[in-house]
Amino acid sequence: MNILLFHLMPYADLDLEATKDYPTVWTTLPNSFYDPKKGHALYKRYLDELVLGETMGFDGVCVNEHHQTAYGMMPSPIVIASALTQRTTRVKIAILGSALPLRNHPLTIAEEHAMIDNISGGRLISGFVRGIGAEYHTFGVNPAFSHERFHEAHDLIVRAWTETGPFEFHGKHYHFEYVNLWPRPYQQPHPPIWIPSQGSRETIEFAADPAHKYTYLQTFSPIKTVGRYLQMYRDAARQMGYTASPRQLGWASMVYVGDTDESALREAGPHFEVFRNRFLKKPVEMLLPPGYSSRESMKAIALAKTDITGTVDAKRAVDMGMFVCGSAKTVRETLLRYAKEIGFGNLLTMLQFGTLPADLTLRNMQRFAEDVMPHLRKASKEIYGEEAIAL
Amino acid sequence: MAFKQETLALSGCSITLKRGGAGQPLLFLHGASGASAILPFMEDLAQDFEVLVPEHPGFGASDEPVWLDNIHDLAYFYLGFMEKLDLREVLVVVASIGGWLALEIAIRNATRMRALSVVGASGIHVPGLKKGDPFMWVGEAKMRNLFVDQTVPDRLLAQEATPENTEVALKNQFTTAKLAWEPRLYDPNLHKWLHRITLPTQIIWGENDQVLPAGYAVAYRKLIPQARVDIVPQCGHLPHVEKPGLFAKLVREFAGSL
Repeated sequence: MNILLFHLMPYADLDLEATKDYPTVWTTLPNSFYDPKKGHALYKRYLDELVLGETMGFDGVCVNEHHQTAYGMMPSPIVIASALTQRTTRVKIAILGSALPLRNHPLTIAEEHAMIDNISGGRLISGFVRGIGAEYHTFGVNPAFSHERFHEAHDLIVRAWTETGPFEFHGKHYHFEYVNLWPRPYQQPHPPIWIPSQGSRETIEFAADPAHKYTYLQTFSPIKTVGRYLQMYRDAARQMGYTASPRQLGWASMVYVGDTDESALREAGPHFEVFRNRFLKKPVEMLLPPGYSSRESMKAIALAKTDITGTVDAKRAVDMGMFVCGSAKTVRETLLRYAKEIGFGNLLTMLQFGTLPADLTLRNMQRFAEDVMPHLRKASKEIYGEEAIAL
Repeated sequence: MAFKQETLALSGCSITLKRGGAGQPLLFLHGASGASAILPFMEDLAQDFEVLVPEHPGFGASDEPVWLDNIHDLAYFYLGFMEKLDLREVLVVVASIGGWLALEIAIRNATRMRALSVVGASGIHVPGLKKGDPFMWVGEAKMRNLFVDQTVPDRLLAQEATPENTEVALKNQFTTAKLAWEPRLYDPNLHKWLHRITLPTQIIWGENDQVLPAGYAVAYRKLIPQARVDIVPQCGHLPHVEKPGLFAKLVREFAGSL
């Protein structure tokens, strides 16, 4: 099993009391609530945490892209990934991912990722996403064309990475007379492509396509949902004529390791709840603008009459397997059980989340690296046969 | 007044068309919420006109053609529609995005139109006049912000969500986003060509419109100098829905003055 460290870099110093009446921390929360001095300290701390991930034995460090939000301070994951190339030597650097449809010039993504791949000597894992609903408000990009733009930008980027230029590209949304990428990617034919998603049949079939075989990552979901979508990938692969390798499947989850189950939940619970119930929260109009999801799933949500934007407390999140939290024994048993039941070759742990402060994050990382990771590695050799799935 | 619904195929797209009444043709082009139902103002006007109410491609029970990407596609579709039905001397009554659509049609070819009656039309951007953003309005506000008289949304919100009307609402929202998400509710080139409209034009606006403030009526008047402006007091974005009697009276007055 590949074990990676994923950081969302939240603006953890947000004044939660002063902002409690705002409906969301996305898009419309005034940026006067962002203090650059505190931001500077947080960037330094979070970069240190990711760099420590290499020392502690993680296989990779992961960053992502979100805009105009206290949820994460990485509107450009390119900037953070670039910094990481200079402070690490061994780990993979995963950008999970770049939001393709939000760019009017997706060729710049091909360029930036190729640069990072060259600078790092081939350590880049390239992730492609559509961006979340709120970001279609941020950039004004039309969500009705989100899928079209994603697929077109994807085709452009992969062709730019793999074909000898110059060549012309004429799509519906993107038009280039001269595609001729300098630098070309370091890894041949191109960096691995990972597809993080909250889960949809369309995305899974795209990732599982034999022409792609992209690693699909289920992000922050109840474990039942993780199981369902990873099985959907395996089924899709089988229908398309092959057996999916565990390396094509991944799960990104928040993990907290404490002394005991009780103390772990006591320490981490409130910080998890800030993540889940404040940083993640959005009205459905921002979460799912028209066309962002398929009409069938939008209809199901509209008719279900349940509030998909409702709150979840930490205890319930643990029970639902959307937050792995407990003693080292509990955490490793839980993760091993899930690995056996569901089967994922890539585990992306988020060991800082919400407002979890530096000291608790460090202890969490130490306990995970010392008391959980070795057990996972040993057991996963038996489950998967390690050579087959190594990054 | 009974309306009959038919299906019309044009440009590889089937649309629904409701017709009622007799007399001079009156073409109603609907806005973001579509035209699934015959509304009281349509019944009222059908006493004096032959009222035609199509559902645009991408709305209601009409098809979603692959060629539909923007408001210009719809404008060209309706040029073909008027030719196909051989409409002449038609009074074009239009609301909201339907208003924008009619202006896009009219700057291209207005020869089949007798006059334009435009209600709360999107289509232009006026610096300094803050628009509402219906795409950001949450839950009931999406409906309530359209009206001053809250008994109208009370009634509309009381209707139960069924799979059928939910499907239509999502379809309408999707096509509205295609047309109007970016730039939000306007075409940056439209204002340059509005001077081509020499038809008699009426601009009707709700005094308390929260989508496009009534200052937009003044801005349109500057771009279409022959237009007359009728501001409807104590009324939101949809005067034809909120004050149907007064609205029909204003349209009749305008038509009578031609």
